[in-house]
Formats: sequence, C-alpha cells, structure tokens
Amino acid sequence: MDIYKFPFQIKIDVEAIDRAVRDFAVTFDVVLKMMRNGLNGLLNATQTLLTIIPWWVLVLLVVFLGYKQTGKIKTGIVYGLMLFAIGIVGLWGLMLTTLSIVIASVALSVLMGFPIGLLISTSDRANRWVRPILDTMQTMPVFVYLIPAVLLFGLGKTPAVIATTIYAIVPIIRLTNLGIRQVDSEVVEAAKAFGSTKSQAMMKVQIPQAWPTIMAGVNQTLMMAMAMVVTASMIGAAGLGMEVLISVNRVEVGRGLVSGTAVVLLAILLDRLSQGWTKEKKEDV
Amino acid sequence: MMEKPVIKVENVSKLFGRNHKEAVEMLNKGATKSEVLKETGVTVALWDVNFEVYAGEVFVIIGLSGSGKSTLVRCFNRLNKPTSGSIHYKDQAIEKLTQKELISYRRDNIAMVFQNFGLMSHRNVISNVEYGLEVKNVGKDLRKQKALEMIKMVGLDGVENAPISSLSGGMKQRVGLARALANEPEVLLMDEPFSALDPLVKKDMQFELLSIQRKLNKTIIFITHDINEAFKLGDRVAIMRDGKVIQIDTPEAMITNPADDYVREFIEGADKSKVMSVRQVMITPSCIVKTTDGANRAIVEMRSNNVSSAYIVNEKMEFKGMLTLDGAIKARDTKGKISDYFSDDVITINTDATIGDAMPLAANAKYPIAVLEDNKLKGIITKASLISTLAEN
Ligand SMILES: Nc1ncnc2c1ncn2[C@@H]1O[C@H](COP(=O)(O)OP(=O)(O)OP(=O)(O)O)[C@@H](O)[C@H]1O
Ligand SMILES: [Mg+2]
Repeated sequence: MDIYKFPFQIKIDVEAIDRAVRDFAVTFDVVLKMMRNGLNGLLNATQTLLTIIPWWVLVLLVVFLGYKQTGKIKTGIVYGLMLFAIGIVGLWGLMLTTLSIVIASVALSVLMGFPIGLLISTSDRANRWVRPILDTMQTMPVFVYLIPAVLLFGLGKTPAVIATTIYAIVPIIRLTNLGIRQVDSEVVEAAKAFGSTKSQAMMKVQIPQAWPTIMAGVNQTLMMAMAMVVTASMIGAAGLGMEVLISVNRVEVGRGLVSGTAVVLLAILLDRLSQGWTKEKKEDV
Repeated sequence: MMEKPVIKVENVSKLFGRNHKEAVEMLNKGATKSEVLKETGVTVALWDVNFEVYAGEVFVIIGLSGSGKSTLVRCFNRLNKPTSGSIHYKDQAIEKLTQKELISYRRDNIAMVFQNFGLMSHRNVISNVEYGLEVKNVGKDLRKQKALEMIKMVGLDGVENAPISSLSGGMKQRVGLARALANEPEVLLMDEPFSALDPLVKKDMQFELLSIQRKLNKTIIFITHDINEAFKLGDRVAIMRDGKVIQIDTPEAMITNPADDYVREFIEGADKSKVMSVRQVMITPSCIVKTTDGANRAIVEMRSNNVSSAYIVNEKMEFKGMLTLDGAIKARDTKGKISDYFSDDVITINTDATIGDAMPLAANAKYPIAVLEDNKLKGIITKASLISTLAEN
C-alpha cells in the first residue's frame, strides 16, 4: 500500500453548490436587483460628488484638514502634495473611482456595524453569538469574500462594494463594542443614578465616552476597505487597483510602480486624516 | 423616635451567585459568610439588615472592605436589588417601583456621590452639574441657573467652564457634590466620597459638607471606613460586619457603650476627645453655695469638703460665679457681699462641648471648669477627670 496516498477520496459535487447559489440568485432576483440598484445609486452619487469638486479644491481641503489635525501647516502641505502627485501623474480619475468605492463601503460598514456594535455591547447574549462570527470573518482570506459577491452580483463595482463592506465591517463592530464596554462603570452608574433612561445613558454618556475608540474603529474599517478595494479589482472594480492588476498581468514594472505608489499615497492620506478624529477627541478625556 | 423615617430598611438581604436556597438555609442555621461562600459559592453581601434613617440626619455606615456598605446604599436607589426584604422611601417600596417610577424617583428624590467622582470627562464642569436636570428635561436657562447656584455653593465659581481633566481631586468631588445637589434631592447617598482625597483636602471637604448640610438640611447617608470621619460627620453611625449591621448609635453612645468586642476594636483608633461631650466627664461639684449664703457659710463648706473653690448658684440653680477660699476669707474680713469677691479665674463651658474643646481650657485653668446648660450649673470638670476618662476609653 502506498503510504503517501489517501485510502479513498470523496468527490464533492462543487457544481451543485454553484447551482444552489445561482438558484438562490434567481429566486431572490428582485431583492438582489434592488440591492444592486441601491448600491449603484450610492456609488454614482459619491463619485459624481467627488468629480464635481475641482482637483485643487480637494488638494486645498486636504492641506487644511492636515493643518487642523496636526496644528502644523507643513504637515498639511505635505499631505496636499501627496494628493497632488496622484493627479499630476494622470491617475486622478482612477483615484476618485477607488475613493468612491471606499467611501461607499465605509459608509455602509459604519451604518450597519455601529448599531451591531452597540447591540452586542449591551447584550452579553448577542455578544456570545456575534463574537465567533467576527473571529471567523477576520481569519478568512480576503479572496473568499469575492466569490459570493461575484456569484450574486456578477462583476463590477457593486459586488466590490459588497465584498469590501463585509470585509471591513469587523473592526467598527468590535471597537464600538469594546469602547462601550470599557466606559468607566462608575460613570455609567452615575448616569443611571441620576435617572437617565437607557437611551439617555447611551446617547449622553456611553457613546461620547467611547467616542475615541469608536473612531479608531472607523479608521481601521477605512484602512481595511482601502486594502480590499485594491483586491476587488480582480472582480472588475475599476480604479487604482485595476491599474496595478493590469500592470502586474502585463509585467509593466514602471506602470505598476506608479499606480502602486498612488495606492500607497492614498492609503497614507486616508489613515492620517482619519486618525485625526480619534486624537482630537482623546485630548479632552 | 417620634419622627417618620425617610428611609426604612426591613430584613434586607442580598446574595450574589447561584444556589441561593442552600445559602439561605445555612444562614438561617447561623452559618458565617465565609462558610456559606465555601459551601455554596454564594457571596452574602447583606444579611437581614434593619434600620431607619430620619429626615435631616447624617447617617454614617462604616465597616471593613467587603462588609456590604456599598451594596446596601446601592439598594437605596436600586442600582442593586435586594434578594429579599424591603426598603421604603417614605411610603414607597423601592423594590416595587416600575421602571418609569424608578427613573423619576432617582431624578427627584435621591442622588448619589461616588468614590471616584463618576464624572463625565467629555463634559465640562457646568454640564456635569446640569446632567441630572438635563435628563429630566429641565429648560436650558433654568438648568444653567441652578447649576451655577450649586457650583457657587460648593465654592467652584469661576471654573464652571473648565474641563474635568483640569481639576484636582478635591475640586472634582465638589463637582460631584454640586451635581448631586442640583436635582434638589431629599436624600443624598455618598459612597466613600472623600476616600480618594488626601488628608488635608479631605478635612476641607468634611467641613464643606457639614456647612452645606447646615444650610440645606438634607438626609445624608454617608459611607466611610475612617472611624474619625464617621464620628465627625455622623449624627448616628452604623457599624457593619460581614453583611450585618452590628450596632447603630450616636458616636458618643458607641464609644461609651460598644455592643461587642468587634465594635470596641473598631473604634479603638477613634479620637474620642472629638466625640465625647463634657457631660461624660463632668463630676458633681462637692461645694455649691447659694447666693443667699454668707461668706462664713462658704468658708465652712469649702473647709469641710477640703476644696479651695465654691460654685455659687441662685435658687434656680443658675450659675452666678465662683468663690475661692481666699475670696471668701476676704469677704468675711471686710464683711462684704460674696458677689463682690467672685473670682476672675472662672471658666465655664456648655454641656454640648466635646472633651476636645475642654482640653485647652482645662490646661490653663486654675480651678475646675463649670459646666453649664441654659446657664444652669450641671457639674464641673477637673484636669484629673478629663485625663482619667480619656485613658479609660
Ligand atoms: N456584583 C457583585 N457580584 C458578586 N459579588 C459582589 C458584587 N458586588 C459586591 N459583591 C460582594 O459583596 C460583598 C460586599 O461588597 P461591597 O462592595 O458592598 O462592600 P463594601 O463594604 O462597599 O467594601 P469596600 O469598602 O471595599 O467598598 C463583597 O464580598 C463583594 O465581593
Ligand atoms: Mg464600597
């Protein structure tokens, strides 16, 4: 007997799974279409908004935000130059596309993730259910998220948004939960002792106290979305990631380097500017 | 007492953990807290606590760490719910309040001050103080006005817009106090409010609290593990041990009559001179002379009692003065009235004064101090009686 061979093999009918998913897609066609349209609308609106703004306004805005958050005009100018560099090498349009997918995904992640985070912060039971799901989501390879998105929504930006949202939603949920749970229990008790209703305690005390942590979650979500959007170019999401993918496929090193640098610059900008929120709030704690 | 209690605690027990039934059985058979914990895993935080708190008094609860003090006061605003028993605020049973009633009870009747202040760091001083009014939907202007009033009362005017992080510990607790007072509650719960402060600041705050209490006359339930703080602030003091209340008494009664060795040991470290009144140490003057008596009579009295001073009272026992033996002899020789020869060295003190108050007077007194109540002579204190009382207790 060959000790290197499995004694027997089970043949899994992978096509059956494909079929099941496709059947699902057909059955829920209406729902999926609605989601698709909705997401498309969101994406287009974001992109239109970004396109309307002249490039120099955006650059100046970045300079201003950079200055406001660090207090140093020099840092602001450096941030502005980084954005300017992306535009001057002819990647402005692609950058805007990438940015709009990121913004749409982050908006969706926060919109869904924040309430989920609040829910599991107030209910240990819900927390017990959601935690393992989040753990699994974080250990799964990035590509796995692309498959169901493609199967249900085909190729393009819409499935990219879906995959990105699912991938990037974890940190906002986790950190909202953590932030709320970490609020000094005496402070929460004080809120109760003075006759706050549950929602008053949440709105007036718990969320504001947890704000820096929640914002750290938004920052992480943003960074994960940025990473995912680049990966999502494999399912046809246009933008900077696509440019990188093409250059890799064609072994065009120069083009790859330029577009790759643009991705990095954009990522750094998003990271720095969004970290500002966390710090600003932290100071008066 | 005749007054109606503001808070009435009846057979209150609080157990933490599962398997209450077995624990209760053991407790009914007289098992101790640690035995119950070992056998059943149940923590007995409170067991069969009974007492009443009256309007306007400062009721201090004292005990070692883990004795159940916090658990007890947290039952008063239902941050904890008793496992059994009942707590009444006036005529309302706290444990029976609906969620809605509970919220308005907390808003209107009872407020709390926390050991680590429990302030909201994202709000500045005034909006912390406003918090209780804000959740009650009091209008902005009124809220601000009341908050400022309280901030002024606790001596923080000028810093109302400062962020919490910029305040010292003492100032933070003043904010905590102002926040609690802003709601105009009838009852104030204070869970070791001054424990986190250094000794000098603590002293200031105790003084502040007493003067505010004198102004507002709240019912205060105050937790501490510092016996001197308890005796200084408390009209009555309850000592807790392992979830039970062992003794409730005025500081003075507790010192003169501790319920058991545990209490005796507990109050050992107390500065008794600040608690015991001179009433406790005064002795009956052996030589009292009426105003109508003559100098001769006074001399005879003093000589026969072997003392060198006599206390002169009128027929209503009202204190008129002190006559020394020398003064009496002079009065006799000059045939004058004894009232012309009263001594200038006489020192009087009120019966309510503490031994601590009497000490410095006694140190400089040539003759025993006269103790008066409504100007009537009640007794005298000698240096010897002061010292022997302090040594005894
Ligand atoms: N939520 C809880 N769960 C379990 N056990 C508790 C809980 N709260 C208090 N206990 C236990 O109940 C007992 C009384 O605690 P409590 O906090 O009332 O004591 P305390 O007298 O206030 O002590 P300290 O001086 O340390 O504040 C302790 O043994 C404590 O461990
Ligand atoms: Mg305590």
